[in-house]
Amino acid sequence: HSVGAGLCAAGMIAIVPGYISRSVAGSYDNEGIAIFCMLFTYYLWIKSVKTGNIYWSALCAVAYFYMVSSWGGYVFLINMIPLHVLVLMICGRFSHRVYVAYCTVYTLGTLLSMQISFVGFQPVQTSEHMLALGVFGLCQIYAFVEYLRANMTPEYFNILFKSLVIIISSIIAVGLGVLTLSGKVAPWTGRFYSLLDPSYAKNNIPIIASVSEHQPTSWSSFYFDLQILTFLFPAGLYYCFSKLTDHNIFIILYGVFAVYFAGVMVRLMLVLAPVMCILSGIAVSSSLSTYMKYLDGSGSQTKAASKQGKGRQDTNSTQQREGTAYLFVVLMTFFLVTYTTHCIWVTSEAYSSPSIVLSARSHDGGRIIFDDFREAYWWLRENTPEDAKVMSWWDYGYQITAMANRTVIVDNNTWNNTHISRVGQAMASTEDKAYEIMRELDVDYVLVIFGGLTGYSSDDINKFLWMVRIGGSTPEGEHIKEKDYYTPSGEFRVDGEGSSTLLNCLMYKMCYYRFGQVYTETGKPPGYDRVRNVVIGNKDFELDVLEEAYTSEHWIVRIYKVKDLPNRGTR
Amino acid sequence: QAHTCLIHFIKSTMSGTSLATVVGKFLTDYTSNTPNKLKVIDAYLTYIFFTGVFQFVYCCLVGTFPFNAFLSGFISTVASFILGVCLRLQVNPSNKSQFINISPERAFADFIFAHVILHLIVINFIG
Repeated sequence: HSVGAGLCAAGMIAIVPGYISRSVAGSYDNEGIAIFCMLFTYYLWIKSVKTGNIYWSALCAVAYFYMVSSWGGYVFLINMIPLHVLVLMICGRFSHRVYVAYCTVYTLGTLLSMQISFVGFQPVQTSEHMLALGVFGLCQIYAFVEYLRANMTPEYFNILFKSLVIIISSIIAVGLGVLTLSGKVAPWTGRFYSLLDPSYAKNNIPIIASVSEHQPTSWSSFYFDLQILTFLFPAGLYYCFSKLTDHNIFIILYGVFAVYFAGVMVRLMLVLAPVMCILSGIAVSSSLSTYMKYLDGSGSQTKAASKQGKGRQDTNSTQQREGTAYLFVVLMTFFLVTYTTHCIWVTSEAYSSPSIVLSARSHDGGRIIFDDFREAYWWLRENTPEDAKVMSWWDYGYQITAMANRTVIVDNNTWNNTHISRVGQAMASTEDKAYEIMRELDVDYVLVIFGGLTGYSSDDINKFLWMVRIGGSTPEGEHIKEKDYYTPSGEFRVDGEGSSTLLNCLMYKMCYYRFGQVYTETGKPPGYDRVRNVVIGNKDFELDVLEEAYTSEHWIVRIYKVKDLPNRGTR
Repeated sequence: QAHTCLIHFIKSTMSGTSLATVVGKFLTDYTSNTPNKLKVIDAYLTYIFFTGVFQFVYCCLVGTFPFNAFLSGFISTVASFILGVCLRLQVNPSNKSQFINISPERAFADFIFAHVILHLIVINFIG
């Protein structure tokens, strides 16, 4: 758009919380690099559309390859670019430049993306990539038709055109039908289908629904992450519409689709942040430059007016304009300053505290540090054999692998749903059934997180229902039904009223072992769970298949050793 | 040539005379109006097109076992075809208004650059 807009947008991207949330230590994930790659690819794409050079398009394909190698969200890119071309075709702006740009990017880019083993042959087999292929075919047809039209007289052209259209569309329709029916072209995979139909994941694939970042976004989190950008975004859209060019159309499309997807999943707020910054940058710089003109010009205007002795009206109106211009500039500066302070505050409060060392305030105001995680992982590292396998819920997989240096059964990559479901079944079954599963998975130690003593609310009992849902989602877990774990009235309770399946399952026993004798709060009986705020139901029990190996200082991490098979077969 | 192929294609469908005259006129216009440079590129394009067709037919007959080899070969022909078309578009003097800063030499240099990248990938992918 202009250099000023670029500078503004760059300043905003540097501090926008939506992006920082994924690039600081502690929440660093693939997206930190991926957003840079994505923006780089988009930049090169716009450049290649503008110039029609094969050079820029080839570079765009290489940048796209970089993007594919960093994040699965490249699907967004490979659908956004064909969509842009399609919209250009519909608007009648399809030119040779666009043809050159898109075809080069698509062919080179697809071939490059197939080099990544995770992607493999998906670009020619799955529905997510079919739009790109379809638009590619359409480009060829369109360009060929244009070529014929340029070289022939109209009536000849019409005859040829009609016959070609009929032949080609019938071939395509038959071909597509055959391929989809015979199953060669796979339907949309779960992750992306849930973007189109948000209720799909909830009903069919619990593991996708359980990740807290996959929940729909609320308005407050939009404002929290983006602040004034939410207001400047429509203004930027307006400015883009007013000067409609090929690349402005692209920004508009990107912005609109990013808003939709960010509304479906919180995690995709990250994708929205850059385009919001760009559009807001455009809005800020356009409006500022409109108003600054009055500030600069008004000085010389008043001089000229007084020299020529023109009427008071002129000086009045220029003064008015000057006044509004000053007001606007001051207002805009104020907004930008509040934006900076908000971003700084958000980053320091919400995105900077480490999540592995917790702190709280005690009654006398002093700070208590809960270093239980590291304490327990260090114990694991020092006191277990090197080839021990640890079973825990997948949230802690990476931490255990890194800090305790032991093999885990499932970790944060959550790639293998059946495996995680098996772990969920083990956690949700009775001790005997769980022992069979643990022998099958060859588990030596089991680790759970328990917050009842300290009031730490992200513990495994609170996540337990997700374990049940995921455990019950595969064929081996058919006997695990979520409603067995609720009371007859439909509540999830761990006290005396709780359902017996819940009170006897492995997770319950591991969390509350020996807890029945502990006094947690003054005035309450022993065994009072400070997170659920009830006294637990099943108190004095013994464990048959596990023995307690280690419990950290504030009982946050509890580690159990799986007992070997008894020597004589009777227990 | 591509145009004989086109005629075979259309002959099997619709009524003969009007279509045949259209195509015939197109052919004569083509041979007289296009400059030699473009004809050379067009000949290259037809050659690439046929290699692609042959690969595809072979794959249909024999099966897709080393799928990556098939894909890399086929896409390499498609990409070469596309790059050839892009070169033709950029070199064609009647399109000069759309490609403002691109001289034919620059277009050819970009073409080579893209081909280098293309062949690097193809060699990696053939496996």
